[in-house]
Amino acid sequence: MEIERKALQVNAIKDGTVIDHIPAERLFDVINILGLFNSQEMITFGTNLDSKQLGKKGIIKVANRFFQDQEINKIALIAPHAKLNTIKNFEVVDKRVVEIPSEIGNIVKCFNPKCITNNEKIKTRFAVISEKPIELKCFYCEKITNEGEIVIK
Amino acid sequence: MQKRDLISITDFSKDEYLRIMELAADFEKNPNQNLLDGKVVASLFFEPSTRTRLSFETAISRLSGRVIGFSDSSSSSVSKGETLHDTIRMVSNYADLIVMRHPLEGSARYASEVSSVPIINAGDGANQHPSQTLLDMYSIMKTQGRLDNINIFMVGDLKYGRTVHSLLMALSEFEKPVFNFIAPPELRMPVEYKHFLHSKGIKYYEHTEFTDIISEADIIYMTRVQKERFTDPIEYEKVKNVYILKNKMLKNTKPTVKILHPLPRVNEIHPDVDSNPKAYYFEQALNGVFTREAIIAHLMGLK
Repeated sequence: MEIERKALQVNAIKDGTVIDHIPAERLFDVINILGLFNSQEMITFGTNLDSKQLGKKGIIKVANRFFQDQEINKIALIAPHAKLNTIKNFEVVDKRVVEIPSEIGNIVKCFNPKCITNNEKIKTRFAVISEKPIELKCFYCEKITNEGEIVIK
Repeated sequence: MQKRDLISITDFSKDEYLRIMELAADFEKNPNQNLLDGKVVASLFFEPSTRTRLSFETAISRLSGRVIGFSDSSSSSVSKGETLHDTIRMVSNYADLIVMRHPLEGSARYASEVSSVPIINAGDGANQHPSQTLLDMYSIMKTQGRLDNINIFMVGDLKYGRTVHSLLMALSEFEKPVFNFIAPPELRMPVEYKHFLHSKGIKYYEHTEFTDIISEADIIYMTRVQKERFTDPIEYEKVKNVYILKNKMLKNTKPTVKILHPLPRVNEIHPDVDSNPKAYYFEQALNGVFTREAIIAHLMGLK
């Protein structure tokens, strides 16, 4: 069978979460947003892997970590096609896609240089007023940050 | 009682707009009322705005409140590098109400999160200036006897002018307004406001020429075309004299039409209009005092 011949590009994990279909250039942003750089668990990742859907994709495998929806939805802004597989004893027991939440917490910068959040130490807050394309309305200055202007804090 | 702030015009409901109109009419009849007796109001102007500050401070004085504060951040601890957070935390311990103007957008919303006393936004950069909108509405109510079915012509800088945006939002809460926008192509009403009107089924028309189409108007709302808004100075030179209201242009307008302007004006209303009874901008400024008395009384639950 073909599957057996195809070597895994990133090693399998016994228990944990696989985050697949991350745009290759956003891999490290995803690691940052999820705070994985602080993790004591085994983490393997690969990037610039071939993907029919994305061209080049990234993948992250985190052992013994299981994410809540609200936690994982934070990455929806930069990896809207990401898929999560929950692994228990080498088996996929759950598959999820990310969903864009209605409010975005302190992840993104407001694009407006005159916004108070860019001038004082304040956590940003946005309402998601459109998902496709993504449009974020700043809770403070009320200006709209468009998809192309999204900068991760 | 939960603290109430006025940061954006949309913080108030239609019922609250009407309540402010009613209170403002009451303060106009009887401006001196001791409602703020024994209270301290902080007037924090992180950037100068003499007109707005004097209007608020007059309103506070007529309500017998005492004013503390500063009129320019160079005379405050901000010049020593104090954060807005710390200034507001400190002042909210002293005062019963804070009126603030700040050059950064979103500063007033942030202050309302930090402060234990109500905040009135007297302008946060190019974002919001809700007391201006309420006094504009009061001026419309007073001169037209209604806020429903108003045909309003907005003229000048409709792209950056926060007063026209807020007034558009507020009037859209009332029955069948009609909006006419007169602006040069580079200063057109932003598309998000046109989408908003479209989604509410409200009629609007866009014009680039300032002609006798204004004969239909109930209200002509003039704004300044500001030179610094133009990337190309030649473009400014082309349009700067196009949107000037002159007395002879008012010949075929309705006898009840009123001309509003948030002031200060530069040259967009010719001085020969001033003596026309249709000119209303100076009375409009006075209405600001009654409206601000109304806002303070409403937010502090004094009426």
